[in-house]
Amino acid sequence: MKYESQRVAMPYFIFALVLFAGQIVFGLVLGMQYVVGDFLFPEIPFNVARMVHTNLLIVWLLFGFMGATYYLVPEEAQTELYSPLLAWILFWVFAVAGTLTILGYLFVDYATLADITMNKLLPTMGREFLEQPTITKVGIALVVVGFLFNIMMTALKGRKTVVNIVLITGLIGLAVLWLFSFYNPSNLTTDKYFWWFVVHLWVEGVWELIMAAILAYVLIKLTGVDREVIEKWLYVIIAMALITGIIGTGHHFFWIGPPEYWLWLGSVFSALEPLPFFMMVLFAFTMINRRKRNHPNKAAILWAMGTAVMAFLGAGVWGFLHTLAPINYYTHGTQLTAAHGHMAFYGAYVMIVLTIISYAVPIMRGRPYGNSNTAQVVEMWGFWLMTISMVFITLFLTGAGILQIWLQRIPDSGEALSFMATQDNIALFYWARMIAGCFFMAGLVVYFGSFFIKGQASFDEEVRGAAIQDA
Amino acid sequence: MAERFTKSMARNIYLGGSTFFILLFLVLTFDTQSRAMPERDNRDQLTEEVVRGKHVWENNNCVGCHSLMGEGAYFAPELANVFDRRGAADSEVFKAYMNAWMNAMPTNIPGRRQMPNFKLTDQEINDLSSFLEWTSKIDDNGWPPNIEG
Repeated sequence: MKYESQRVAMPYFIFALVLFAGQIVFGLVLGMQYVVGDFLFPEIPFNVARMVHTNLLIVWLLFGFMGATYYLVPEEAQTELYSPLLAWILFWVFAVAGTLTILGYLFVDYATLADITMNKLLPTMGREFLEQPTITKVGIALVVVGFLFNIMMTALKGRKTVVNIVLITGLIGLAVLWLFSFYNPSNLTTDKYFWWFVVHLWVEGVWELIMAAILAYVLIKLTGVDREVIEKWLYVIIAMALITGIIGTGHHFFWIGPPEYWLWLGSVFSALEPLPFFMMVLFAFTMINRRKRNHPNKAAILWAMGTAVMAFLGAGVWGFLHTLAPINYYTHGTQLTAAHGHMAFYGAYVMIVLTIISYAVPIMRGRPYGNSNTAQVVEMWGFWLMTISMVFITLFLTGAGILQIWLQRIPDSGEALSFMATQDNIALFYWARMIAGCFFMAGLVVYFGSFFIKGQASFDEEVRGAAIQDA
Repeated sequence: MAERFTKSMARNIYLGGSTFFILLFLVLTFDTQSRAMPERDNRDQLTEEVVRGKHVWENNNCVGCHSLMGEGAYFAPELANVFDRRGAADSEVFKAYMNAWMNAMPTNIPGRRQMPNFKLTDQEINDLSSFLEWTSKIDDNGWPPNIEG
């Protein structure tokens, strides 16, 4: 760590991981409700648990992105953060607002929550992933604006690297697109159309810029490969992401009202969306093969390779499986969508945050070359347990989805099974998914455990080459 | 990557490509919203009742369990075509069905998925029914494949 103010990333990472744990707990509740329908009813109905599960994910990823940004932007710009105090204030504002919102979901009836937060004045609630009370949405917007101000003031006064420019472009995009969450027209088709401006253009658009920039930064640090080479890759990857992903939004417009030309546009462009993720795999592995140094933090290298591979599988391959309109006609809104959603979010965004945490947290804890070997081995156990569990969660949900399509979607009216009858028929897959979910939880506990192991890696473990400027 | 392919070439592809596709997306959005959608979503039938029904839908987080036009949660049945499935595509039949259904919740059958009772008024149930009826008539390229949604 070269600049003292980078340390402000620490509370962001810690809080992100706490929320991550909460997300998984509620994931298990949901998994249980899929097999024992009245589990925790009426205390925690499914819709409440789901809202907590997905909103915790979104909020903790935002904390992770912010932590990553506070850590890497000053170092890239070679200057202290503009205002560590502002970063701390915004941390507490966001943490308190986020916690209150989650508690509101859990302890206040949703209609009452809408009522007491005066949703009537500007109705934005009750839409998937955008369930937050309007006042929370305003809070998120303000926190992000303050955060961007702090970051841009830092970046502008220092060295302008491509990593910083791409990261900040992604964050600005995130902030601008968030504004569409306030637009909730009374025409459902218009509502749905612009809802995707937040949801799709985040995860299949600007978030890919954020992910690629963080990955590029970590690879510069871990491999010592020349910055020029890495920056060229970064530009190519984000070019592919936006060229395919923007018109690729059309794959969400097939069945919600927009005209038929989206069937073609959405199919063709989203079929190309795996490309940037494939490039990320090539990028990570090529850079690591050409490394100029052997960084002793092997766990961070594992996460960096893992996020590229899993993002490609989850977002790329599993997305492609059902993105062509003639296929999506049958798969839309089935468990296959859930399978894709789980692996894509885990591979791309959970794992990139865990990558930067794996690299940066040991440094902030005074272990510049990474954690002790024992701690790294435990961390890698956490990596494999969580990752393999997620592969199985995805496979079981895919099985459930295929069977659901077979029983409920493909037969003609009259012969097709009803939704609930189909659910009964695929319960075995839900049980299997539940077991895989428990293994994921075990992996998370092991991962957390690695943070409590003392000791650090030493410089001697660096085998090839001396520590270089970008160490 | 070959040395002939320079960083500034990569940057230009990024800037040019993303600018072009952002503009194309805006043009397509304009065409979709201003030309195509009015014919496809029956906005002339978007009555006050339908609008109120959308708020009932939102204020009770229905999308937290159900899907609507395939979007939402996958824990409970698709509702964009429930007007056809349970209401026989008849407003009066559907409203009567909705009233009976909403008031019968939860079933409290052990082990079965439970839908909470949202304590909606008769008026709210009517509004919600109108919203779902309007939704069922949107031209959505013939989705879902069959009546089961």
